Amino acid sequence: MGSLLSRYRSFTILLLLLVAQLILVAYQVRTGHDVRLLRIWAVSAVTPVARLLASASDGASGLVRDYVALWGVRRENERLAEEVDRLRLENRFLKSELSTAERAAALSAFQARTPSRTVAARVIGAGPAIDSRVLLVDRGSSSGVRPGMAVINADGIVGKVTASFPAASQVLLVTDRGFAAGVISGASRIEGTLRGAGRSQCRVEYVEIEDRVQVGEWFYTSGDDRLFPRGLPVGQVQSVTPGRVFQEVLVDPSGLRRGLEEVLIVVEGVHQPLPAAEESVPRAPLLPPPPAEGAAPAAPDPAQGAVAPGTDADRIVERHRKAAETLKRPFGDNLPPARPATPPPGGRPAPVKP
Amino acid sequence: MAAAGRGHKKVARIRPWVMLAAPAAAILFQVYVPVYFPLLQYLELPLLVTVYLAISRRGPIGGALTGAAIGLAQDALSHQPIGVLGMVKTTVGYASAALGVRLDTGHAVVRLGLILTMFVTHQSLHWMARRFLLGIPSGAEFLPVLLAMPVNVAAGILLFHLLDKLRDSGR
Repeated sequence: MGSLLSRYRSFTILLLLLVAQLILVAYQVRTGHDVRLLRIWAVSAVTPVARLLASASDGASGLVRDYVALWGVRRENERLAEEVDRLRLENRFLKSELSTAERAAALSAFQARTPSRTVAARVIGAGPAIDSRVLLVDRGSSSGVRPGMAVINADGIVGKVTASFPAASQVLLVTDRGFAAGVISGASRIEGTLRGAGRSQCRVEYVEIEDRVQVGEWFYTSGDDRLFPRGLPVGQVQSVTPGRVFQEVLVDPSGLRRGLEEVLIVVEGVHQPLPAAEESVPRAPLLPPPPAEGAAPAAPDPAQGAVAPGTDADRIVERHRKAAETLKRPFGDNLPPARPATPPPGGRPAPVKP
Repeated sequence: MAAAGRGHKKVARIRPWVMLAAPAAAILFQVYVPVYFPLLQYLELPLLVTVYLAISRRGPIGGALTGAAIGLAQDALSHQPIGVLGMVKTTVGYASAALGVRLDTGHAVVRLGLILTMFVTHQSLHWMARRFLLGIPSGAEFLPVLLAMPVNVAAGILLFHLLDKLRDSGR
């Protein structure tokens, strides 16, 4: 028996193992009892490792999730950046459209308000050279545009037409050195000639050194050039530099301030009054006239604001007024027109001796 | 493909930590991974490790003991009575070791056939144990077993190759 077992040792051990486990299973099945101890050992051995693996797995999955989320955030960021760029472009376009609409509305309102007959034109091109201050507009001779016509917009003068083609015209801007127009200042009514300075400014020439031109003062077209109707705004004085004979007055042309897209060509100009002169420089009050010889010094009459006659002419006028009052005759200007041209009865009135 | 005489062949031994770590890792995999990847429940890593260790020990007793230990550990972590998988894996371990003595288990084709045979044996024995010992009316699920078969064979080939790398080649 022993030799038999030894010969089939491995098979015997296999049988023993199987039988032992079979008995274990049979015991559990028959009694319903569990081999709890074995399970506790197995679970206790596995649980820490499983927990460690779970933590590692959670960490790894969290890392992956975060990475994926980060990747998604990056994609989202790129998408949003593209969206922002697109919206910026759209916003810029809409602002441009709005600005164009506002300019068109202002131009239309100005066109309706101005007494001159004008033709609206759109700027379609610029000069071919860098320093050229020339524009092309889409109205030409077929629209009644002729060379020499003034070009303006709601903000002021822009230039003048130098060439007219059937469907387009060439406009010389006020900033071109070849441009010239008669201007007058709004406050002190000083006249001069506006010329382009070649940059973005213009120069008012022939302003004498005695004339007082203030920075910020407005210049208007004087109408003397027979091209620009009187009263159109030209621009504000930027700087005044005294010269030897004339002052150098630089003006910022108001018509070019907001860019040029639409302009008005003055087909038939009508002069307008200049704006009321504003006293840009407060003047010192005038002194009262000198008193007559031997008379007490006359007190100024603040209520009247005028002064008593001081010159010989004033005194002659005063004497004639008194004589007219004595004779009960009207005196001065604005005589009634129905007055008979013949001398009144009684002959001529006695001349009043001075 | 028959193995040469034992005395003439230099066999690389398995490192002791591999003998402990490989079954533990396989059981943990079987317990833990299918929770997150249900399809991997058909991957019988403990069986593959049992077969590998059994053929590596080149002794039926060692193979049977290895199978018994792994099977009992699986039973302890399962809901079925302890000993069912123990018996199955004891038999598989014994059979693997017995075949490993006679075959050149380093050859890929032999390994493939061995894994295939042991997988079918294992599934059959397990089904029979559940059906006749425990009286669980489990139907014959052939399709999952058929689908799991090539997967386990492929996984077994890879696993055997990996475990070969962990052998102590210096001896």
